[in-house]
Amino acid sequence: MENNLRVTTAPHVHTKSTITGIMRDVLIALLPATVMSVVYFGIRAVGIIVTAVLAAVLGEWLFEKILKKKNTAGDLSAAVTGLLLALNMPPTIPLWMVALGSLFAIIVVKQIFGGLGKNFMNPALGGRCFMLIAWAGAMTQFIEPCSVDAVSCATQLTIIKESMPSTLPSMFDAFIGRTAGCIGETSALALIIGFIYMLIRGIVSIRIPLAYILTFAVLTFFFGFNSSDMSMATFTLYQILSGGLLLGAFFMATDYVTTPITPNGKIIFGIGCGVLTFVIRRFGGYPEGVSFAIILMNLAAPIIEERTIPKPYGKM
Amino acid sequence: MAVSFKGGIHVKDNKITASCEAKPIMPCKEHIYPLVQHIGVPVSPVVKVGDTVKVGQKIADSDAFLSVPVHSSISGKVTAIKEHTHPSGARVDAIFVENDNLYTPIDNPRAIEDYSTLEPSELIGIIREAGIVGMGGAGFPTHVKLSPKEQPKYLIVNAAECEPYITSDHRRMVENPEDIIDGVHIVMHILGLKNAYIGIEKNKGECIDAMRKAARYDESISIITMKTKYPQGAEKVLVKTITGKNIPIAKLPADVGCIVINADTVYNISKAVRTGMPMTERIVTVSGDAIAEPDNFIVPFGVPISFLIDSAKGFKEEPKKVIIGGPMTGSSQFGLDAPIVKTSSAILAFANPPHVFEKDSPCIRCGRCVTHCPMQLVPYKLSHAAMNDDVDTALKYNVLDCMQCGVCSYVCPSRTNQMANIMNIKPAAISAFRKEQGNGK
Repeated sequence: MENNLRVTTAPHVHTKSTITGIMRDVLIALLPATVMSVVYFGIRAVGIIVTAVLAAVLGEWLFEKILKKKNTAGDLSAAVTGLLLALNMPPTIPLWMVALGSLFAIIVVKQIFGGLGKNFMNPALGGRCFMLIAWAGAMTQFIEPCSVDAVSCATQLTIIKESMPSTLPSMFDAFIGRTAGCIGETSALALIIGFIYMLIRGIVSIRIPLAYILTFAVLTFFFGFNSSDMSMATFTLYQILSGGLLLGAFFMATDYVTTPITPNGKIIFGIGCGVLTFVIRRFGGYPEGVSFAIILMNLAAPIIEERTIPKPYGKM
Repeated sequence: MAVSFKGGIHVKDNKITASCEAKPIMPCKEHIYPLVQHIGVPVSPVVKVGDTVKVGQKIADSDAFLSVPVHSSISGKVTAIKEHTHPSGARVDAIFVENDNLYTPIDNPRAIEDYSTLEPSELIGIIREAGIVGMGGAGFPTHVKLSPKEQPKYLIVNAAECEPYITSDHRRMVENPEDIIDGVHIVMHILGLKNAYIGIEKNKGECIDAMRKAARYDESISIITMKTKYPQGAEKVLVKTITGKNIPIAKLPADVGCIVINADTVYNISKAVRTGMPMTERIVTVSGDAIAEPDNFIVPFGVPISFLIDSAKGFKEEPKKVIIGGPMTGSSQFGLDAPIVKTSSAILAFANPPHVFEKDSPCIRCGRCVTHCPMQLVPYKLSHAAMNDDVDTALKYNVLDCMQCGVCSYVCPSRTNQMANIMNIKPAAISAFRKEQGNGK
């Protein structure tokens, strides 16, 4: 009897989610921040974004082609890494540095360690830290937002740390992003909108960002070094709205591969990021500590995960 | 207020046949009875080719305790005893009976009016002789389940029917609620219990109403509404939801004082005791987007699924997948010649089934399997261990708690069939576990 029946093992239905679908949702969530980066930093932002994404995708494609591996450049994960790296760049960074940083992120941090799912630290942050060490000067040059002539300007964190309160942007400006900083990190509003989108789509859990931001806020409020005459509450709020904390907490610290898979592990990871970010900003030489904090916690993620494996149903 | 459990996922329930009354089918000219319709030792024929049989006559049995006899659901002549396709896909010996369309029943069935005068052991014997097994799909011999070593504390009737499409128990509850309540009382008498709980999922409002009405003067039976979430009907999950107890690894509900029985099984217990006739038929849902007129049917055992699909007016589109059971755990079929057995609750046919597990992407550690596993396991670790034949890691992460509900595979974005991987390593894990237990560890 002729038939075209397909025989497979159960289950025979699925939620229809795919890796590419998840990556697409992350790109959509990053869209508001991407748009605002172009609004504030114009053609420079466009150049950085295009360079970073192209370098990432082409880098992955070339690497896999040369090593004759299955080509995954189209699964959008490289594009996400490229975009995240781009949003973490200062606006005047030379494009060749962006390209090299992006290639480093994809080829060294991700592909050499085994590709998607096997990297031990966040590739975008790995690329950014490589660039911070290689080109420290270029990576800490910031300009005023919406300034065609690249008028240089310090970020809020530097302003506060070096006690220059008269040039501090208003809280409103800090919230919508009309401040100096890396192109994607300035607009808290855009980042929050993107984060809410990811929560609704079930892409990320709120645990890590919430634990991260709350821990950081509490530590900063009680122990932050506020040499200006603003209140601790205002000081804490500025700290949260600047330095890529929100970008890091929402989009980098929630990366699946490099964070614990267990619910309690996520909370501990978030707390750890909050503590480290505070410590680096408070006591360290850099005005911003998000990138290093997250990378250090990435290294600790496997052991956190091991220690927080949920108690199985049948274990007494 | 509906109770629920941690984990699981709401799967679109597609209960399109919920309001279709269960209807009888036309006589089928040949019935096929596989000798394996239950968990345990297969039975052997007690008839031979050429024998005449009647409805309810025993045609196969075994001396083993963990076995249940098979009965004919029609009257006619035994034409063959040979290998045939079983719904699970295996080739199993089966008894072929040619229908004489007379449906002559066996003589003098022992109908019982007052079962309370009978000893539990006698009732258990009647249940075995009636060929009753777990009708929810597992097929565990009911007489064995009702003979626990220790006195149980809870009787839980499983009326969850959490798999999509299947409405067999749904119709049973709407059409025969009093018989189910009667069956519950019989089981309570057998087990020496004063209370029983019937767990029904919220999407079966009609059933909750029917059962509440049938039990309205009965204080010993509580109808519990459960949130509609898969796999609420899995017994480990059901026990936790209703009693709050966790069943320890590799143990049974009886080990925490619970007996869980499917609602249709309970119905059949009542029928067997009251009429003295063995179980010979069940409600089967025929559904799916390839079926012309999805419906519920009262099907005597042994009808090939092709005949049943014709009863639903055949296919309206060419089917690409035919499943016996539900879409989460059912067996997809090679052909349409397998017969309906005691545990066949549904036949589903799909014209455009999704290509579910054909991608080959790496695990991205998204954690959905961990969030949704109803047994609080870490499926991705178990799946990896299975792919590396690593029994030790699998046991370390409690692989024996896995009850193969399929939720981990259902949610996985890298389209890995984690459940299939875990199923592959289970036999090795079970023997390693038994050896460990044997060494008194």
